[in-house]
Amino acid sequence: MSARFRPAHADAPWATLLVAGAAVLVAILLLALPLAAVFVEALRRGLPVAMAAIVEEDSLAAMRLTLLVAAITVPVNLVGGVAAAWAVAKCEFPGKRLLVTLIELPFSVSPVIAGLVFVLIFGAQGWFGGWLQAHDIQVIFALPGLVLATLFVTFPFVARTVMPLMQEQGRDEEEAAATLGASGFQTFWRVTLPNVKWALLAGVLLCNARAMGEFGAVSVVSGHIRGETNTMPLHVEILYNEYQFAGAFAVAALLALLGLITLAAKTMLERAGRRHSRSAT
Amino acid sequence: MSATLASGGPSHVAPVPGLGLTLGMTLAWVGLIVVIPLAALAIKPWELGVAGVVQSLADPRVAAALGLSFGAAFVATLVNLPLGLLLAWAIVRLDFPGRRALDGTIDLPFALPTAVAGIALTALLAPNGWLGAPLMAVFGWQVAYTQAGIVAALVFVGLPFIVRTVEPVLRDMGRDAEEAAATLGATRPQALGRVVLPALAPALLTGFGLAFARSVGEYGSVIFIAGNMPMATEIAPLLIVIRLEQFDYAGAAAVGLAMLLLSFAILLALNLLQRALRRGRR
Amino acid sequence: MLHADRAATRRSLLTALATSLATPALGQPALTLLNVSYDPTRELYREYNQTFAARWRAQTGQVLRVNTSHGGSGRQARAVIDGLQADIVTLALAYDIDAIAERGLIARDWMARLPFNSAPYTSTIVFLVRRGNPKAIRDWGDLLKPDVRIITPNPKTSGGARWNYLAFWGWALRQPGGSAATAEAATRQLFRQVPVLDTGARGSLTSFAQRGQGDVFLSWENEAHLALEEFKEAGLEIVYPPFSILAEPSVAVVDANADRRGTRAMAEAYLQGLYAPEGQALAARHFYRPRDTALLSANAARFPNMDLITVDGVFGGWAAAQRIHFNDGGVFDRITAR
Repeated sequence: MSARFRPAHADAPWATLLVAGAAVLVAILLLALPLAAVFVEALRRGLPVAMAAIVEEDSLAAMRLTLLVAAITVPVNLVGGVAAAWAVAKCEFPGKRLLVTLIELPFSVSPVIAGLVFVLIFGAQGWFGGWLQAHDIQVIFALPGLVLATLFVTFPFVARTVMPLMQEQGRDEEEAAATLGASGFQTFWRVTLPNVKWALLAGVLLCNARAMGEFGAVSVVSGHIRGETNTMPLHVEILYNEYQFAGAFAVAALLALLGLITLAAKTMLERAGRRHSRSAT
Repeated sequence: MSATLASGGPSHVAPVPGLGLTLGMTLAWVGLIVVIPLAALAIKPWELGVAGVVQSLADPRVAAALGLSFGAAFVATLVNLPLGLLLAWAIVRLDFPGRRALDGTIDLPFALPTAVAGIALTALLAPNGWLGAPLMAVFGWQVAYTQAGIVAALVFVGLPFIVRTVEPVLRDMGRDAEEAAATLGATRPQALGRVVLPALAPALLTGFGLAFARSVGEYGSVIFIAGNMPMATEIAPLLIVIRLEQFDYAGAAAVGLAMLLLSFAILLALNLLQRALRRGRR
Repeated sequence: MLHADRAATRRSLLTALATSLATPALGQPALTLLNVSYDPTRELYREYNQTFAARWRAQTGQVLRVNTSHGGSGRQARAVIDGLQADIVTLALAYDIDAIAERGLIARDWMARLPFNSAPYTSTIVFLVRRGNPKAIRDWGDLLKPDVRIITPNPKTSGGARWNYLAFWGWALRQPGGSAATAEAATRQLFRQVPVLDTGARGSLTSFAQRGQGDVFLSWENEAHLALEEFKEAGLEIVYPPFSILAEPSVAVVDANADRRGTRAMAEAYLQGLYAPEGQALAARHFYRPRDTALLSANAARFPNMDLITVDGVFGGWAAAQRIHFNDGGVFDRITAR
C-alpha cells in the first residue's frame, strides 16, 4: 500500500508542527527571555563590574546570611515534613484532613502576610514585644525573625512531595517490619526512607530554593540593614533602588544560577525516582 | 499468629509504631509555625473594634487594592489555562526536538527567586525593554508600570501550576477515549472538544486554584513592575507593607485577614465546583 | 580583556568567595556601628563610612565596619524606638530624634552636644521637572495648576515630605490674604493632585524618574542633583523656586545603644568627623550644603543663594509643627481623609 496508515484520531503533521511551534514560542517568550534578560543586564557594564558587585562586602554578607537562614530552615521543615507525612500515611487518627489542610495553608498565604504575622507576635507592639524588649532579645530586625518568616513560607515543600508518595506506597511494608519486631525508628530508617528518598531529596531541593529566594516575607521582618539583615534577594532590591542596575542583576544572576541548578538537580532526581519505582515493581 | 492470619478475622497485625512521636512532632511544628501566627492575624484587627475594622477596610484604597490583586490574578490565571494546556499537550503528546528542554524549563518560575523574576520582567517590559520597546513602537502599548504589567508578571508566576496539574492526567488518559470517539465518527476537533477537554476539566480547575492562590498574594515578582499608584496599580500586599511602615499594625492585619478570607472563599468555591463536575460526569 | 586577566579575575573571585564564606556568618567583626539614616543619604554615607573606617583604623588599629539602614525619616525613628539597634541616627529633622529622646534612648539635651544644633549640613527643597519644563512650573503656586501632578513622599513616614509640606504652607501664608485657613485649603488641593505617596524620598524619585509618574517632584536639593546624574537620558531639570525652606537634617548618638554596646567613642568620632573639613567637603560633593562658610561660598555655583524660611520662624518650632500638622488627627490627616 502506498498510502501510509494513520489512525483516525491522530493529528495531521501540520497540526503537530503548529502546536509544537506555538508551545516553543510561548516557552521562549514567557520563560527563556526573562532568564536571558537577567544575565544580559548583569553583563551590560562588563564582567568586571558584575564581579565587583558580587564580591563586594555587603553582597558577601548577604550570601552568608542567605546560606545561614536556609541551613536552619530546611532541616526543621524536613524533619517536620517527614514526621507529618509518616503520621498521615502510616497511622490512623482523626482529623487527618484538617492537618493536611493546615500543612498546605502557607501555599495560599501571601509572603507579605507571612512576615506580617511574626511582626504581630514579636514586634514591639506585638504580643511578646514588651517582654522581648525588657530582656533585650531581638527577633524582628534580626536573624530569628528572618528564620521564622522563611520557615512559614517554605513549610509545606517537603511534606508535599513526600506525603503523597508515602500514601501511595501504603503501610504493608511497615506493618510487616513491625510484626517482625522492628522498632519504629528502625522501620522508618530501613524500610520507609529508602522508598521515598528521591522524593525527599526533591522536596528538600525545592524547600532550599524557596528559602534562599524568599523576598516578600523577609522584606517585612528585616531591618534592611546593609551587611547585617539583608539576604541576597533583599540585597538585589537595595541595589536596584539605588540605581546600581548592573550590580543588582549580577547578584540576581547568581540567584538565577541557583535556580537553574535546582531545576537540573530536581529533574535528575525525578528521573532516578521513576527508574527506582519502575524497578521496584 | 498464623492461625489468626489464616482465620481471616479482624486483623491483629501490629499497627505501625511511631504515631505518638510523629503526631506530637507534627502538631508542635504546625502549631508553632502556622497555627499560632495565623491566629495572631485573626485576632489583631479587632483591637480597633468592629467599627474600626469596618472603617479600616471601607477605605476605597483597600477595595481598589484587593480588587486589583484578585482581578489581576483572575485574568492572569485565565490566560494561563490555554497556555498551560498547550504546553502540557506539547510535552505529553508530541515528539519534537527540544521537547525535553521544554519540559525542563516549565518549572523555572518555581525555582527562580521572585525578586529576580520581578526585575527581569520589568527590564523586559519597560518602555525601553526588549519586549516593551516594540510593543510601544508598534501598538503604542505600555506594559510596565500599568495593570497589564502586573498581569504579565502573574502569568509568569502561575504557568507551571497549570502545566504540572494537567500533565499527569493527560498522560494517564492515553488515547483510548479519542480513538473511541474517532471510530464513532467524531472529527478531530469534536473529539478534542467533547471528550478530551471535559476529561481534563477537573485538573484544569485544580491548576486554576493553585495558580490563582499563588498569584493573589504574589509580591516579589510584581512589586517592581507595578506602578504602585493607589487606586490604580497598588497591589494588596503593598498596602499591607505601607500600613506596617506607618505603624498601623491593626490596619495592616485587617487587610491581610480580608485577603486571606477572600482567598479561602474562592478556593472553597472552586473545590465545590470541582466536586460538582466530578459528580456530573458519573 | 586578555586571557590572563580573565583567569586572574576568576581566581581572585573564587579566593575571595571561598575565604569570606568560610568565616563564621554573623557576629563577625567585633566592631560594628549602625547608622540609621533617612532615605536620600545612601551615597553620602556609603562614601563617608569607608573614609571613617579607614581613618579609625589608621588612628586606633581597630577594624571597624559601619552599617547603614535607609528609609523615610519618621519610619526610621519608629524603627529605632521599636528596637532597631542603632548606635547613631542621622535623620531628616530634629523632631524625629526628639521622638527617640522622648523614649529615653537619647539624652534630652542631644541637640546642644554638637555644633549648629547637631546639623552638620543643611539642604533645601527644589523642584525637579521633565525636559523643557513643559508645564512651566516655576513657583509653588504653579503646583496648583489643574493639569499638574505632583510627586512627594508621605509626610507620615518621610522627613523630606514634611519639609515639602511646610515649605508649601509657608508659601500659602505669604500670599495676599494668607492665613491658616487659606493655607489648609491650598494644601488640601495640592495633595489632591498627588497620585502616589511613597514612604521615602528615594521611592518618590523612582516613581518620578523611572516610572514616569507626575510632572514635578518636590525633592531634596541633593536628591535632585543625584537624579540629574542618574537619569541623564530623561533630561530632567532642576527648578529653584523663588523661596524655599531651610532644612536641617540632624544627627545624634543613640546613648542607650552606644553605651550598652560600648561603641560611644566610635559613634562620637563618627559624628564629629562630619564637621571636619574632610567630612564637609564630602557632603558638598554629594550636594549637601556644608556649614563651613568658606566651602559654601567656594561652591556658590552649585548652591545658589535662596530666600529660605525656617520652621522656628514660621511655625514656632518642630514640636508645634508636628503636633498640629503631622500627628494622628492633625491637619494632614484632615486634608487627606475621604
